[in-house]
Amino acid sequence: MPSLGADMEEGKLVEWLVKTGDTVSRGDIVAVVETQKGAIEIEIFEAGQIGALLAEPGQTLPVGAPLARLGAADVGAPVVALEPAIESPKAVVPPAPAPPPTARPPAPGGAIMASPAARSRAAELGIALEMVAGSGPGGAILLSDVEHHVPVALTPAVEPVGVASPTGKPGLDMAEMRRAIAAAMSRAKREIPHYYLTHAIDLQSAQDRLTAINADRTPDQRLLLGAFLIHATVKALAKVPELNGRHEGTPYRASGPVHCGVAVAMRGGGLIAPAILDAQDMDPDAIMQAMRDIVVRTRTGRLRNSEITQGTITVSSLGETGVDALIGVIYPPQVALVGFGAPRVRPMVHDGTIQPRLAVTVSLAADHRVSDGRRGAIFLAEIDRLLQEPAIP
Amino acid sequence: MTPADLRAAFIADLTAIAPDLDPAAIGDNDHLQDDLGLDSMDFLNLVSALHKRFGLPIPEADYPRLATPEKAVAYLAQMLAT
Repeated sequence: MPSLGADMEEGKLVEWLVKTGDTVSRGDIVAVVETQKGAIEIEIFEAGQIGALLAEPGQTLPVGAPLARLGAADVGAPVVALEPAIESPKAVVPPAPAPPPTARPPAPGGAIMASPAARSRAAELGIALEMVAGSGPGGAILLSDVEHHVPVALTPAVEPVGVASPTGKPGLDMAEMRRAIAAAMSRAKREIPHYYLTHAIDLQSAQDRLTAINADRTPDQRLLLGAFLIHATVKALAKVPELNGRHEGTPYRASGPVHCGVAVAMRGGGLIAPAILDAQDMDPDAIMQAMRDIVVRTRTGRLRNSEITQGTITVSSLGETGVDALIGVIYPPQVALVGFGAPRVRPMVHDGTIQPRLAVTVSLAADHRVSDGRRGAIFLAEIDRLLQEPAIP
Repeated sequence: MTPADLRAAFIADLTAIAPDLDPAAIGDNDHLQDDLGLDSMDFLNLVSALHKRFGLPIPEADYPRLATPEKAVAYLAQMLAT
């Protein structure tokens, strides 16, 4: 059972996507595990043949417990490492491009499609998803399907006191997610000496370029301003690379690849910040594709363990309907978090006169063990500079 | 297509993007962002789905005309009629 976060103590095997005798390659998705962040796809980090499956779907196992054996089916074969220890340098994923967003087929082998909320509720109630008829897209099982499936007499007996999901506004198991956020943020505030910088950026030129680009594109090819913001953030790290990394050993070493976490709010509360892997080489179109993929999978599908355990920096955006600024808390063991407020038309000085311009306040929360305000300022100024340049020729 | 067909199609695309929304509970005047909690990414995915379904270009300038199910049905009906 791999650790999918510093505060994770156990996980529940939801299903196997391989069987004994299957040949697997590094990076293949072999199992699905239910966690506080929803159902997560587990990638295998070694190639070989599945010798034996040691855990049954539905079983809850402590972190570190063997799930399967790799190699021939004899008892002495080594236990498969589903994920190396986070501290190991090998934990860095190979610099393969992130999988194309549209290339993901539905879960293979007739696997059951269900929303995270439905999975969570079904597990709470002890209902096998196989027994539930799905009414969602493609026959996916929705929370309401699970709720309606519950035999009335059973409900009071199995309902855990105090953790009932709020009706009608499902997300994941909100109590569990809140606990996970509390644990990570408490650790950040306890261990990380944060410093903060903010800077107002004129976005009007970027918005004008975006409007021009999108005018010639069909909706599925259009960009959001958020793609420009993340693209500029990732590119700016080349100038201040120490802000990109994971503070796991001494001395601290910055990461080469940029695995850019994107905070995705869940309707009904809570958030998850899966990473866009190897974002350093992506243009805004590729960033946009990766964002679409990851947001959809965060909310309605499944994330992969590498996406939730290997982020090297996080970007959090309030979106269009938020307020002016977001001052964030670093997601440990990362060393920086970039927050974008809601872009809003404000009076800005442009070409020597005060004009109504679209502007955004960007903030940096950074780890003083790793960098200082002067370096942080260079970083925010570089994001500003990059946003004034055409990001797409 | 009748307005009822258009509404059903719109709600189907909307709930595919936000599977946690209960189709029966969505009101005709619910604002997609303010009431139903869609963000800019959800909205763009919805526009993409409508584009695919109806073959309409739906330029960004028309986005405000999709703000609620009622407005969207009127917009789709008008665009499909011309």
